[in-house]
Amino acid sequence: MRKSMASNRLQPDVGFNFWMRWSNFQRRYAPYIFISPFFVLFLVFGLYPSLFSLYMSFQSWTPSDGWGRWKFVGLENYTFTFTDPMFWRSFWNTLWLGVFSGVPQHLIAIPLAFVIHMVLSRFKTFVTAVYFLPYITSSVAIALIFNTLFATHNGVINLVIAQLNTWPLLGALLPDQNINWFTSANIKYALAVVVVWQFTGWNTLLYLSAIQAIPKDLYEAAAVDGASRWQQFRYITLPLLRPMMFFAVSLTIIGNMQLFEQPFVLLNGGASTATPGGQTVTMYMYRTAFEWLEMGTAASIAWILFVFIGILTYLNNLAFGRAARGGD
Amino acid sequence: MVSPKRSSILGLLPRLGGYALLVLGGVLTIAPFYFMFVFATHQRSEIFGFPPPLWFGEHFWSNYQILLQKIPFWRAYWNTFYLAFMITITTLFFCSLAGFGFAMYNFRWREPLFAVVLATLLIPAILNLIPFYLLIYQIGWINTPKALWVPAMAGAVGIFMMRQYIVSAIPRELVDAARIDGCSEFQIYWRIVLPLVRPALGTLGLITFIGAWNKFADVNVIMRTQETKTLPVVLRTLQGATDVEWGAIMAGTALLVAPLLLVFALAARQLMEGLTSGAVKN
Repeated sequence: MRKSMASNRLQPDVGFNFWMRWSNFQRRYAPYIFISPFFVLFLVFGLYPSLFSLYMSFQSWTPSDGWGRWKFVGLENYTFTFTDPMFWRSFWNTLWLGVFSGVPQHLIAIPLAFVIHMVLSRFKTFVTAVYFLPYITSSVAIALIFNTLFATHNGVINLVIAQLNTWPLLGALLPDQNINWFTSANIKYALAVVVVWQFTGWNTLLYLSAIQAIPKDLYEAAAVDGASRWQQFRYITLPLLRPMMFFAVSLTIIGNMQLFEQPFVLLNGGASTATPGGQTVTMYMYRTAFEWLEMGTAASIAWILFVFIGILTYLNNLAFGRAARGGD
Repeated sequence: MVSPKRSSILGLLPRLGGYALLVLGGVLTIAPFYFMFVFATHQRSEIFGFPPPLWFGEHFWSNYQILLQKIPFWRAYWNTFYLAFMITITTLFFCSLAGFGFAMYNFRWREPLFAVVLATLLIPAILNLIPFYLLIYQIGWINTPKALWVPAMAGAVGIFMMRQYIVSAIPRELVDAARIDGCSEFQIYWRIVLPLVRPALGTLGLITFIGAWNKFADVNVIMRTQETKTLPVVLRTLQGATDVEWGAIMAGTALLVAPLLLVFALAARQLMEGLTSGAVKN
């Protein structure tokens, strides 16, 4: 192209006009062309399926009907889902897991990040990396590993509990017999342990990066005024962490409301007897679509969950958001 | 009066408590990985015997043989790698290109369009699973890897990361100078910008590769035959059988996890900094 421009300079004729026009054209439209792949892909593989699933949620269709033979059923899918006890069970499971696998992540991660920041210097990256390992590991791999660790007879976790049971005080709180984790009543606790183990390191990393961004002289000034470590944490670190809390809690809400892989594997794809007590809404949606082949009903489940996540995000925004944006 | 010596011991206590806490947490974090590698070298009967194995055994090879016999193991390994590789390469290209577009040009609708990119991050991914499956079914891409990597070529996270990096790392004068020298807009991207954003490309490449390597939900519905499935999906199918060979599953899991542990060992700092940079700037 450079070459052609050089020759055009010598002969300003039709070619020159063409070059100028091309040059203007590509300069003007370049940014649009550069960003267009995202928008094309989003329209085709993101927005279109979303809208299509909204349409689907008012239709009845199962693959044996043949492609395109949708039947309009109005709100039937929604009324079915809202009166389906299995849906409400999975909804309850999701909420329970959302709280009991979500809250501990932050309750552990914030002090952990503070401790890492305060007591470590040389090994800071190493220690953070260790805590971060589960986050980069496949959820399926993690669920498979914990599947063996939670075994009822001679499972590592039950043996550790049996060991702790011989300790004074602590022993009184623990059951004397092996726990069968794979029952409807117990599977939730196992799932919560897995999720907390997997994502606490990620939150620790987020909070640590926010703590490191707090200016040192704030702590120094507080120390001069006689503030203890605890007071520094309570009155400097915690308030300044609020924007990051908002961000991290938002991610936890969106992630926890969609928990799929961990319950899917620990419940053996739905074949486990513990399925009713552990399956989440997304897993129930998956089974409605691919096991019972009710695509329309599955779409209605997806949209109900979508709206619910939207409401939770909005509430989180009300609780944290204003402070997070600095307009306290 | 507290003697100076005693107060220094008291001052040390919180620090020692901190260390103890960190070590305990670290052990709890590492333990499942350790047991994965240990169990990979034991038979099923040993894994659930008493006491459970705490040290490496000698059955890794037989577990590996079971794997080869029950699933197309290396085929699945290749599928996993191919998918992750294609997603990573295309993401690096399209996201840096779009990031450059958003960072270095003033054009109409720039801000609202960028807001749309960011808004897509809030859409819960798994909710699209069913219509996405139907779309892929409709266009006849079931059992083909492109059904999984084409839609993932230009993710919002990558565009956001690249835009942030280009804004901070590349002066506009440089772009203007290249333009005066006669570079076309694409040449500016290819010859000037791309070499300068290598650190960000490295980080984005790592994040993308790890995410793609671990993909499950969409692979699970799109890839219906054993030959096309990736390793996480095919390992999961081993669990459904009766008399589950947990030793073999752990061996497969270890082989799935090991490459990422290796990559992480080499680039942990870069990866962690990259993952949090967007969050901190917000």
